[in-house]
Amino acid sequence: MIGDWIGHHHSHRDSLVARLPAGLKLGLALVIIVGTVLAPPQAMGWFLGVALLLLVAVVLSRIPLLFLLKRLAWLSPLVLGVALVNALQPAARGSWLTVAARSAICLLTIILVSNTTPFSRILRVLKSARVPGLLITTLALMHRYLFVLVEEAERMRRARASRTFTPRRGARWQTLSTVVGQLFVRASERAERIYDAMCARGWK
Amino acid sequence: MHIPDGFIDGKTAATTALLSAAGVGLALRQVRRRLAPRRVPLLGLAAAFLFAAQMVNFPVAGGTSGHLLGGVLAAALLGPSAAIVVLTTVLIVQCFLFADGGVLALGANIFNMAIVGVAGGYTIYRGVCRALPGTRGQVAAVAFAGWCSTVLASISCAGQLAWSGTVAWPAGFTAMALVHMLIGIGEGLIGALVFLAIQRTRPDLTGESNGSAPSRRWGEWVGYGLLAVLGIAVFVAPFACPWPDGLESVAAKLGFDHRAVHLRVPAPAPDYQMPGVRWAAGATALAGAAGTVVVFGLALLLARWLVREPGVDPRLTRP
Repeated sequence: MIGDWIGHHHSHRDSLVARLPAGLKLGLALVIIVGTVLAPPQAMGWFLGVALLLLVAVVLSRIPLLFLLKRLAWLSPLVLGVALVNALQPAARGSWLTVAARSAICLLTIILVSNTTPFSRILRVLKSARVPGLLITTLALMHRYLFVLVEEAERMRRARASRTFTPRRGARWQTLSTVVGQLFVRASERAERIYDAMCARGWK
Repeated sequence: MHIPDGFIDGKTAATTALLSAAGVGLALRQVRRRLAPRRVPLLGLAAAFLFAAQMVNFPVAGGTSGHLLGGVLAAALLGPSAAIVVLTTVLIVQCFLFADGGVLALGANIFNMAIVGVAGGYTIYRGVCRALPGTRGQVAAVAFAGWCSTVLASISCAGQLAWSGTVAWPAGFTAMALVHMLIGIGEGLIGALVFLAIQRTRPDLTGESNGSAPSRRWGEWVGYGLLAVLGIAVFVAPFACPWPDGLESVAAKLGFDHRAVHLRVPAPAPDYQMPGVRWAAGATALAGAAGTVVVFGLALLLARWLVREPGVDPRLTRP
């Protein structure tokens, strides 16, 4: 199940949007997000224009519509929470609609960019934007081993499930935390091997 | 606690981005100066570990589940500066790869979870460790500091939402703090269990020799402390003090964007007149104080129960 969810990020469909340079896409996304956050609620022209632009980009990028809708639905608990809190405050009523519209536009923008741009390209843009090297190295290593460690956790979960019956909740917390602890031990041992491999290849 | 875009306005985004850039810059400088080259890949792997660990779901009552957040655990295992870099990395990847948390809100998210959560949590961790030596003390410290860091980060988050005018301060503060006081219990419990599991298999990774020992230099702590205090002063203090228009006058004095202050739809100030909400904020403060004491007691009990007779089992003693 974790595999399905992550598999989506491995497959980059070739499309008109995917072929645009990463720097241009990130810059455009930043302009859209900053504009949307700063635009006053009365500026309906901006919101409608950006929404139209995003719709065109969605069609051109060939991202499945169902996936997009599912991903946008993650936002709903937050929007509902803000609506609930604001319902107690008569002065603030109505503002949550603006908040919801703004966050939906921004979320759609970043989903579009992240699903049409490989992460290594984003890193290259960040590097040319003078982000410190240590942070870039850490980001690159994290991205490289993210899927490895998630799969390792999934293998350990499966191994545990095949060896135990359904335990009591307390025992389950114990075994799950042992799995997480073991995952850290394996990650740090892997880090030592990676360092040796990096040195063997002339890293300095 | 990941704030999406649209929930905070321009001035909050700019302020938090500045504060986070300063904090992360300080952390990067410390790491570059103090971390052995051999441990550089561990930062990336620890970030990947935190991400993978957050996907392991712990069953809570009624079909719901919780997961580790890991700020204090990372600080206890790697040291505070490395933990800030690791948490920042996790937040950037979550933002750009999985669209979890906004791009403009990235500064706010880094400030809450990576700087307030880690620096605040680690300070409490060190304090408890110093008061209670041994493995038992470490486990109690991870549990208590995990709870505190979750609550601190949520208060900072509520302050930013209030400053942006998204939710009014008393109601937002009450809701955020109460929810995260519950979430923090799970965080403390999972953190303590995971810490103990690592301690049992590789005690060398959790001891003082793993490079997480506190810096002898005060510069680091003064820097993080100053940032945290500055953040609290900007996001929380204006709402907690009795004159609600203090923020407006400060904003005018500092010459913030005039429009940004006045075109916001809701005004947070009128809510101070609502007796019910005011009572709720006072009750939250009271519940917070009582809850902190109770959680500290629970953390001690948990450590006592998990670590029986420290020093008898050779695997539990530090080499």
